[in-house]
Amino acid sequence: MEILIGGILLGGTYALLAMGLQLQYGVARIMNLANGEVLVAGSFGAFWFFTAAQVNPVLAIIILAPAAYVLNWLIYRFLLQPLVKRSKTQGHLEVDSILSTFGISFIFIGLLHTIFGGEYFNYEYLEIPYEVFGEAYGINRIIAFIGAVVIAAGLFLWLSKTRSGLKLRAVSVDPASARLVGIDVDKASAMAFSLGGAVTAAGGALISMFDTFDASIGVVFTMKALIIVILGGVKEIKGTIVAAFVLGLAETAVATLIDPGLTLAAAFLLFILVLLFRPQGLFGREAS
Amino acid sequence: MLNSKFKKSLALVAAISTVAIFGSDLRAETIKIGTSAPKTGPLAGGAVVTHWPNVKLWAHDVNSRGGLKLKNGVRAKVKIIEYDDRTNPGEAIKNFNRLATQDKVDFMLAPYGTGFNLATAPIFNKLGYPQLTVSAITDKIPALTKRYPGIFFMLGSTSTFTSAVVNILKDMRSKGKIGNRVAMVNVADAFGIELANAARPIFKKAGFEIVYDKSYPLGAKDLSPVIKGAKASKPDAFIAWSYPPDTFGLTAQAKINKLNVKAFYTAVATCFPAYKGKFKGAAEGILGAGGIDPDTAEMKAYFKRHKEVTGKDADFWASAVTYASFQILEQAIEGVGSKDRKAVTAYIKDHEFKTVIGPVKYDNQNSARFWTVGQWQGNKFYGVSSEGRPGAKPIIDKPDW
Repeated sequence: MEILIGGILLGGTYALLAMGLQLQYGVARIMNLANGEVLVAGSFGAFWFFTAAQVNPVLAIIILAPAAYVLNWLIYRFLLQPLVKRSKTQGHLEVDSILSTFGISFIFIGLLHTIFGGEYFNYEYLEIPYEVFGEAYGINRIIAFIGAVVIAAGLFLWLSKTRSGLKLRAVSVDPASARLVGIDVDKASAMAFSLGGAVTAAGGALISMFDTFDASIGVVFTMKALIIVILGGVKEIKGTIVAAFVLGLAETAVATLIDPGLTLAAAFLLFILVLLFRPQGLFGREAS
Repeated sequence: MLNSKFKKSLALVAAISTVAIFGSDLRAETIKIGTSAPKTGPLAGGAVVTHWPNVKLWAHDVNSRGGLKLKNGVRAKVKIIEYDDRTNPGEAIKNFNRLATQDKVDFMLAPYGTGFNLATAPIFNKLGYPQLTVSAITDKIPALTKRYPGIFFMLGSTSTFTSAVVNILKDMRSKGKIGNRVAMVNVADAFGIELANAARPIFKKAGFEIVYDKSYPLGAKDLSPVIKGAKASKPDAFIAWSYPPDTFGLTAQAKINKLNVKAFYTAVATCFPAYKGKFKGAAEGILGAGGIDPDTAEMKAYFKRHKEVTGKDADFWASAVTYASFQILEQAIEGVGSKDRKAVTAYIKDHEFKTVIGPVKYDNQNSARFWTVGQWQGNKFYGVSSEGRPGAKPIIDKPDW
């Protein structure tokens, strides 16, 4: 029981990390290495709202997420769209986007460093124990988990039930054919990228409630998000969400039953197994 | 006529000012000081508390009193040239090489972190610069000082560090406050592994039973299984050889899970102002690495100046020691009266220095007076255990969360 609840809570955290990257990589086809920095920017935003204006981190998302949307739209429009336009193949775009977003990540680190300095940041918000089946968990973690569920459900429903979501999925499956049926691929990609940024920043705000962060910690988040997205199958948000929870449960089980030192090993073992036996990811379709 | 007179006076003014500028340039020397430490990467959070503000403060202090006094009454202001090593040892070595060969600095400040000091020791040695390390805790001090004639240590060794913690627990046990059961965890990183390995035999020899002994990866996002496991082992004392992010994470989880022990120890960053800032009253009685005596007149003045000049609070351990290492360099340069690095190194070896942390004298390039364990009592983190430094406070029991 302890493993189940701990694992689900950790899975929620991982889902927050990875859903944004899935939208950016799966739909907009940008392998965004600055994803972790956007997340940390969201954390800093929440920190600033909480310490300077006493606004709680959940409310701060109402401002942070749209701000991140606009910022990411600008990044996409001016820094990434030229790459999309000139690249002839998906592989070409991937290499270009990795290089340019790697550069963008340094700009983010530099900006955060200049504004906030390089110290460790955290704040105390609802770090109160709450008992579930006789075991204590921080309320802030539970709130972050609920946030993850709300965002995941919202994205899933939107993508599968609405017309605009359908467009995004069409672009994700095949941008060239999507164009043929009258979908504005540029617009849909820009939207997916910006939405991914907004989700990531919201995740950062939620994670900041219980995590200690600093200006240059983003790469840690990017790496984890990458593993989860690839684990789940690049094209499916559902795969990313399931993969996040599988990873959370696996890590907690190993930490509780065997040794906390082996959680990383467990994560990578899972990763290797999936790559060996289902290279398209848990939910991915065979590459055409 | 008027025109030529004007020209003449203009020429005169120009000549005078040239002489003035040139002349003043001759008299006011500068001493170039190079420094490389992390501003980004995993160790940046520690370095921006402990290293960088002290570089700024020291340069400010030296220059505002007119600079360093050299021979023949010449005053030399210090000029700092700084690089970010991005928490990458290769980058650090490159930076020091560049500082010495391209920027041609007169002296270099030691980097931040044990691994970085060890990694850059050969380059300091090869280039002939003294290396006054601060944040370098290792059991290899005798071998290193033998190999590198310009390296100095002042924060202690791994085994004195762990013994100090064990001694505190022994003391608490003899007073009947705790029993024999110790839960010990460590971050799976060179620092944590070395300390845990050093601690195991010392605990056993002192008759303690290690009832929980686990490691966790650096950057682990969820430390609650670690604390839940430790709590299930019913310990009397909890010891974590931890790094900054996990020091915060473990404390938060211990609080949530109500891991109540009379002795609760987390290692690096427990002494940071941010730790107190986060946990506030709950930090009371928590033990951690380091400590100082914050109530001496020198330290009070240092804390005040640190806040005024850098806008930040100093930590309660290596901040002041870092500043002290700069003071030693400063006094040695003034003692020799020139930038002669060989003479300065020799001077450091056989003189005693007056610093903010008290007198420092290197014996075989190692200063044997340092603080090992501190404890939050009220708003300050007091040293409760030291080697050769007076003013240790008595230990209090940690109240329940």
